[in-house]
This record gives sequence, structure tokens and C-alpha cells, in this order.
Amino acid sequence: MFSARSAFLSIPSPAPLVEEFLQQLTNGLAVGGIYALIALGYTMVYGVLKLINFAHGDLFTYGAYLGLTLLTSLALTDRVGFALGVLVLVLMVMGLVAVLGAVLERAAYRPLRESPRLSAVVSALGASIFLQNTLMLIYGARFQVYPDGILPSATLDLFGLYLPLMRVLIVLASVLMMVALYLFIQKTKIGAAIRAAAIDQDAARLMGIDVNRVILLVFLLGPALGGAAGLMVGLYYGQINFAMGWVYGMKAFTAAILGGIGNIPGAMAGGLLLGVIEALGAAYISIAWKDAIAFCVLILILIVRPTGLLGERVADKI
Amino acid sequence: MSRAHLAVAGLAAALLAVAPLFLNAYQVDVLNSIGLYALLALSLNLILGEAGLFNMGHAAFYAMGAYTAAILNTRYQIPILWTLPASGAVAGAFALLVARPVVHLRGDYLMIVTIGVGEIVRIALVNDVFGITGGANGIFGIGRPKLLGFTIRQPQEFFYLIWGFVAVTIFLFLRLKRSRFGRALNYLREDVVAAEGSGINTDYYKLAAFGLGAAWAGMAGTLFAAKMTIISPESFSFWESVVLFMIVILGGAGSIAGVLLASFLVVGLPELFRELAGARMLVFGLVMMVMMVFRPQGLLPARERF
Repeated sequence: MFSARSAFLSIPSPAPLVEEFLQQLTNGLAVGGIYALIALGYTMVYGVLKLINFAHGDLFTYGAYLGLTLLTSLALTDRVGFALGVLVLVLMVMGLVAVLGAVLERAAYRPLRESPRLSAVVSALGASIFLQNTLMLIYGARFQVYPDGILPSATLDLFGLYLPLMRVLIVLASVLMMVALYLFIQKTKIGAAIRAAAIDQDAARLMGIDVNRVILLVFLLGPALGGAAGLMVGLYYGQINFAMGWVYGMKAFTAAILGGIGNIPGAMAGGLLLGVIEALGAAYISIAWKDAIAFCVLILILIVRPTGLLGERVADKI
Repeated sequence: MSRAHLAVAGLAAALLAVAPLFLNAYQVDVLNSIGLYALLALSLNLILGEAGLFNMGHAAFYAMGAYTAAILNTRYQIPILWTLPASGAVAGAFALLVARPVVHLRGDYLMIVTIGVGEIVRIALVNDVFGITGGANGIFGIGRPKLLGFTIRQPQEFFYLIWGFVAVTIFLFLRLKRSRFGRALNYLREDVVAAEGSGINTDYYKLAAFGLGAAWAGMAGTLFAAKMTIISPESFSFWESVVLFMIVILGGAGSIAGVLLASFLVVGLPELFRELAGARMLVFGLVMMVMMVFRPQGLLPARERF
């Protein structure tokens, strides 16, 4: 389709097969960027608390729903223009979901800090079920649709390759957020505190780090990025569902394991890689098995290399 | 088991045995559902409760059994109850196959893998794998079970089939719990390293728990297929695994009485409050969070052994 149009406009275009491949690749990168943003939340919490935050996927869904509600009720894009409107929207969603993450930590995880691992896992699962069903009772079980017309459906011409603008924006925005997080963790004093608490909580405490505040911070940062990812999914696909958080959550968790859980650059690389694997797998193997691809990757990586591709921290085997 | 415990258990069994005489078909059907869930939860209890292996893909083994029974029955006209051994064997063998490479993983990792296995099985069923599962529509026209020339049709009749199976299961699992095997599983749950140090072949016992629990779930799948006469992938979703996991944890991991009680509460209570059905899962989620803070050992915890 694209090649036919570009031939008509007599712009030199890549061969159809290459074109198809590049479309799938860029689509995979966009989805992968979204996975990576969610994966960062899993990996940071795991790094500090050694806990799989099962409710993280649902915080992502809250981002999508809050985004929808704010987008339609405030009509920001009409008032201040598209670019500024979306920017304000992203920041509002990130802030609100971050607060939700902090509340979750207080309610579901802090009381169980000293409990056996099973208790925390079950509580996390309970929180996930609770959050998901709250959303269902408020918005209903149907798919919700991001309104047409607010968002530009423009395509971008990159050397004869026509890419949806939203796809390009998502890749750029997710990479921007990841770089910002990476610099924050690596270059600031607070970032150093987070890294220290991830290595050894007791030693960090002895160095005068308030570990509770670090944990709180991790539960603000992770959900903020996850909420932004939810908004991106809404903007990219236009359709959201109250239960989508668990599939995205599982895939993002796979991405975190793929890169090496607890490892922040690993989560970013794992997310992008998984997105590309999935997009190419769906295009060239079978679309019906798309959702199974991520789970197969997950199981394979745990069997073959449980530390992940970049993992320095060893997932203890007993 | 003390005399008081025995008296309570006997009374409960007697009440349950005569219940179909006083209840209508719908109520008996609810009891049948509870029985099936109790059966599945007891089989999961072997893996999660006794051996402490976080399995959140139990629905996959249940599905394996149900589909084996349905395929053998509808394609090869094998009477449905005769498929019980095959269902158990297929589910058990599948569990051994998938658990073998991952069983050494630590708790929450194992949980993630089993979730993944459950999803892959469900997706495979939806995609009509090998052309025998009937895709998203599933398999219908499964034959009624026959026992000694008597065809089981009514809910009241199914009640005795299902709860009879539950009774046999309870008896066998109680025996198992008190055996050397059961003690080995409990030791695994408490401390894998110490168990290994005491000469317990941990991988062997973990796999045995997985295989046996899955085989039992597979047989429960046969009963489910016989009861419904139609099965489809949506009966074996992730949420089934979650509900089963919840039953075991809420009842008390490793406690047969607790698992039975929790089956009644988790499956039965929502039927009593049908107008609140939408909020059912919400309440479950909340209960899970609150329980972990105030009573992590479950409603009727197993007695300490060590």
C-alpha cells in the first residue's frame, strides 16, 4: 500500500519487503518503549525490596484511564494547543499515578516488610485484583475509546518510509524518560541512595540513608513512568480496557527479567528487545500466537539464563 | 486428630451427605461447583501448601485433564469416567515436563513461570492446537457419565459423584500427609537447604508434588467435562488459577480442613450475595491484603510439625 503510493508520488521508496520489515520494526520499538517504561517500575521495586509488585501493571492501567478522563473532561488540547496540552496531560497523569503508587506501598507492602515473601506476594496480588476491579466498577467492563480528532493522525515521511507520528513520538518520549531516569539514578545523590539501598539495605541505613524514603521514592518513580506508559497505550491504540494491565504487566516483567531484574539499563534494553521480538514474531510467525511469544521468551530466559542478558545481580537459585 | 475434630468432621460429612435431599437443583449445583473447586484446591494444596511451590498456573493442568477427557470421549467414544486415568496421566506428565527445568527457581520466579505456562496453554487451546481442541468454541457433546449401568444426569446425582471423589481424595491426601513422602514435602516448604542437607532429594520430591497435584487436577477436569458436557478455553483462564491459589492461602496452606472451608467461602459466598456479584473480586482482593497482615497463616492453619 505504502509502496504503491510512493511510486505514484515518484519518491524513491524501499522495496516492499524491506518496507514491511521497517514498519514492523518501528512498531516493535514503540511497543517496546512502552514495555520498557513499565519494566523500570518492576525492576526498581525488585532492586530495593526483592518483591514483584504485581499491582504495577494495574497502576499502568490507571494511567491510561486517568489520561482518558483528563483528556476528555479538561479539553486541554483545545485550550492550549496540542503539544502543550499533551505535555501537561502527561505530567498530570504521572503525578497522580505516582501518588497512587505511594498509597499502594503504604497500604499493601509496608505492613508486610518483615513478613515472609509469600505474604508480600499474596498481598501484591490482592492489591492488583482490588485495583483492577475498582476500575471496572467505575468505568465498566467494556473497552473505553480515546476520542478521535484530538490526536493528530499525521504520518511522518522518513526517507520514503511513512510512519505514524504517534509512533515516532512514543519512541522519542520513552527514550527521553529512560535517559532522564538513568541520569537521575547515576548522577544525583538521591540516585546513589537508591542504588545503595538496592545493594544492601542495612549498610545503606548505617550510611545515613533513610531507606523508607528511598522505597517511597521508588514507588513514586516507577508508577509515574508506568502511568505515562498507560497514557501512551491509550494514545497509540485508542482503546483501553480495565484488565489490560495484567498482560502488559506480565510482558513488562518479562522484559525486566530479559534484561536482568534489578538492572535499570537492562529493563530498558529488555523492553525494546521484547517489543521488537513480539512485533516481528506476530508479523512473520503468527499473529494468533502473539501473546504467547512473550511468555515463551520468559520461560526460556529463566531456564537458560535466569540472570538476564545484562544481569549482574544473580536471581538466587536454591 | 483429636476426638472433637473427628466429631466436627463427621457431623459436616453427614450434613453434606443428606443436603441434596433438602435443597433445590440450583443449590445442589452450587454445592457441585464447590466440590469441584475443593478437589482442585486440594490438588493445588499438595503443591503450594505442602511443598511450598508457588504454582499459579494450576488451571493449565485442569484444562489438560478436561480436554483429554473430552477428546477421548467425543472422538473415540470412550466412556467419560474411563478417561480418568488418561486425564490424570496426561496432566501429570505435562506438569513434569514443564516443571523439570524450572522447579529449582525461587518462589516468585516459579510463580511467574507457572503463570506463563497457564497462559501459553490457554492461548494454545484458543488457537485450536493440533486441530483437536475446537478453538475458542471448545468441545461440546461430551457424553454423560455412566456408573454401573446408571447414567448420571441430575445435579443430585452429580453431587454424589463429585463429593464421593472429594471424600476419596481427602482420605488419600490425609494418608499421604502423614507418610514419609508428606513429611519430606513439608520439610521442603520449611527449609529447602536443610532438607537437602538431611538427605532429601529435593528435586525429586518437588517434581513428585507437581506431578501428583497436576494429575489430580487433571482428573478433576474429567469430572468438570462430564458435568458441563461442553468445555471451552475460557473456563481455564488465569483467574481460575488465582481463585484456586486464593482458596489454599485463605484456608491455610497445608491444611485440608482449611482448604475445604475456604472452598465453601470463596465459591459459595458469592452465590449467596448474587446482587453484589460485580464486587466479588474486589472483596477478594481486599481480603487477601487484609489477611496477609492479620492472619497470614490462613483461617484454619495446619498444625506445626517441627
